[in-house]
Amino acid sequence: MKIRLTSIFVNDQAKALHFYTDILGFVKKHDVPVGEQDRWLTVVSSDEPGGAELLLEPAGHPAVKPYRDALAKDGIPLAQFAVDDVQAEYERLRGLGVRFTQEPLEMGAISTAVFDDTCGNLIQIASQSQ
Amino acid sequence: MVVADDLFKALADPTRRIILDELTEKSGQTLFEICSRLSMKHQLGISRQAISQHLATLEAAGLVETRREGRYKFHDLNTAPLRHIVQRWLTPDPSEPEESTS
Repeated sequence: MKIRLTSIFVNDQAKALHFYTDILGFVKKHDVPVGEQDRWLTVVSSDEPGGAELLLEPAGHPAVKPYRDALAKDGIPLAQFAVDDVQAEYERLRGLGVRFTQEPLEMGAISTAVFDDTCGNLIQIASQSQ
Repeated sequence: MVVADDLFKALADPTRRIILDELTEKSGQTLFEICSRLSMKHQLGISRQAISQHLATLEAAGLVETRREGRYKFHDLNTAPLRHIVQRWLTPDPSEPEESTS
């Protein structure tokens, strides 16, 4: 068994594509119309174009909002991405106007930070401490 | 003013004192960040629910204040109640009413 795809709910797929590519730096992999408005929309890391895909999934199901609101209130991230240096990435993203709910925090072997993806989710970035 | 009993009860628990230590390092934390700090930095295996309870006790004592920013809730440290402890014994105020022992 292999993990080829994981998904995250997004409020608006067009806005999500902008954020995940132009701001975070992922690359669009698949963009296929599904139904009337929805798209099968995935992005991959520019470092690993053949790696796992992240599906930016429409958040239309009524269960999504209460689920995400409850997690957001407590600051719980819905996905984690690996970066080389959390502090550097924090500064880069802050410069692009990204809002963080947790500033870089070094905890033993790893550093983490948490930001708002503007599509309804909190995302954690993590790096191994130098 | 917060009742002194609540304040001393809040400070009596070692986990709650660690939470205050962490909020001293950085005020304005989500529940997730506080949980991360307790588990990763202090190796405390405490459930999120239990940490919520500790935060509620600290909030009742006036040592922690919460604020909502959009969808997010942040916890801030408020040291004002501690000043009362310092003044009570280190700089006694003669006008301070005596504590009821009934």
